[in-house]
Amino acid sequence: MSGLLEVNGLTKRFGEFTAVDGIDFSVGRGEVLGFLGPNGAGKTTAMRMVTGYLPPTAGTATVAGFDVRTQAIEVKRRVGYLPEGAPLYDDMTPSELLAFVSDVRGISGAARKQAIERSAERINIGHVMHQPIGTLSKGYKRRVGIAQAILHDPDVLILDEPTDGLDPNQKHEVRNLINEMATDKVIVISTHILEEVDVVCTRAIVIAAGKIVADGTPQELEARSSYHNAVSLRAAALPASLTGKLESLSGVAKIEAGSAENGQSTITIFPVGGAAILDPVSACLKEAGVAAEEIHVERGRLDEVFRNVTRTA
Amino acid sequence: MGTSFAICRRELRAYFTTPLAYVFIVIFVAMNGATAFFFGGLFDRGQADMTSLFSMLPWLYLFLIPAVAMRLWAEERKSGTLELLMTLPVSTLAAVFGKFLAAWIFAGIALALTFPVWLTVNWLGDPDNGIIMASYVGGLLLAGSYLSIGGFVSALTKNQVIAFVVGAAVIFLFMMSSLDLILSAFRGWAPVFLVEVVQSLSFLVHYDSIVRGVIDIRDLIFYFSIIGVFLFANVVIVDQKRGA
Repeated sequence: MSGLLEVNGLTKRFGEFTAVDGIDFSVGRGEVLGFLGPNGAGKTTAMRMVTGYLPPTAGTATVAGFDVRTQAIEVKRRVGYLPEGAPLYDDMTPSELLAFVSDVRGISGAARKQAIERSAERINIGHVMHQPIGTLSKGYKRRVGIAQAILHDPDVLILDEPTDGLDPNQKHEVRNLINEMATDKVIVISTHILEEVDVVCTRAIVIAAGKIVADGTPQELEARSSYHNAVSLRAAALPASLTGKLESLSGVAKIEAGSAENGQSTITIFPVGGAAILDPVSACLKEAGVAAEEIHVERGRLDEVFRNVTRTA
Repeated sequence: MGTSFAICRRELRAYFTTPLAYVFIVIFVAMNGATAFFFGGLFDRGQADMTSLFSMLPWLYLFLIPAVAMRLWAEERKSGTLELLMTLPVSTLAAVFGKFLAAWIFAGIALALTFPVWLTVNWLGDPDNGIIMASYVGGLLLAGSYLSIGGFVSALTKNQVIAFVVGAAVIFLFMMSSLDLILSAFRGWAPVFLVEVVQSLSFLVHYDSIVRGVIDIRDLIFYFSIIGVFLFANVVIVDQKRGA
């Protein structure tokens, strides 16, 4: 219950349209929460309410016990926020921007210099510190946006699409950074890149049409996939009789033939209710004399789960 | 308060890192000189004073001040930086005040740069420098009240052109409110006291008395009231627009 970040019945209506519809969750230190959902699901609106930019229509969010409706300034002191699209003052240099954010956050003197250097170093923007932000590439702008969010070493870090527009190396760096910082903070990231959830998140919340439709660890979400514990195999020659034999095994729900490449076929064997079926399947293969080139157990596919939960909502 | 000054410093730096400041100052000073000499007849009047400059100032400000004020909020909203600014630990009042103060200081710098005219009249003759000082105070107050209106209008839109045009129109109405142009619209139906209230809102009436060298406490109250009311309205609009 006593998470550092608490969201209770948070709701936002724009006229007739309900963008966020009574969402509840609680996040504690050390958790990295992935906030997933299709475009327009209400992710950004929810984040804007939590960070004190938009006032909620109903419900509230608290950070370290401070209510965003009544103690917004206290909340903002404890939160670092990268808004969607990383808006920044284009006429300033990163160095000037970080100095400005320090001033507003009341960090001065030696502490200011240290904070700016540390966050510039962590996000690797040292060599562009004196170029106008307007002239930087999208990836650098995003990183400057992250640098200002982590400047005051906040308890709660909220990043709206932190890796959008970054190249694979930069994505990797940002994910490493998030993992490094995760131990003593609450980190909430919104993303539509599902692989990111696996790599950085300890927990994922899927929202669709303003409501939470799934909430769990990435593993729990994967377990909801029909691919969970499915066995995929690739072999040079698959006897026609094999399919029938596999289908007759108890615990096997269905078999799907995959693509054939370089004279090799692939098939996927789906279990009933996500049960483990590797042993009976490999026994069956041995019996049929099939030499598999590759055989692996699927963990489950997040994109399939994502589609299922967001479509039904 | 500290956050206001941090915002004020950022804004001032933004004026001077973009061409805006230089373009504005050059045009302001040049036009001040030009209007003072050609329309005001600075030399032809044969008097060592700056009346010709200060009598044109309200009209120069009419379109130059909205040009400074139009970007105050419209630009932040358009570029999305408003979200960055308003999720820092800053109250809306501190942000409004910081931005206003920066614009006012900037307008003050531009006004101060008309000092060569002052040097000239002092060199040519023996002007009443008390009146000139009062006139500069009057000019500064005029700039502040125009800016507060322009900033308020800028908060209503994300389009800077609309902010400019509407801002200038609102300021024009306030300027003209002592003239028949506006008053005749009220005389037909409004009670006398309302007509007088409208008349008393005129920037020109209050400005003229200051420029004549009389700094009356009522004129100061008038200008600071205008600034206060529009800054307050600015805060309300910034908060309300976020909620919508």
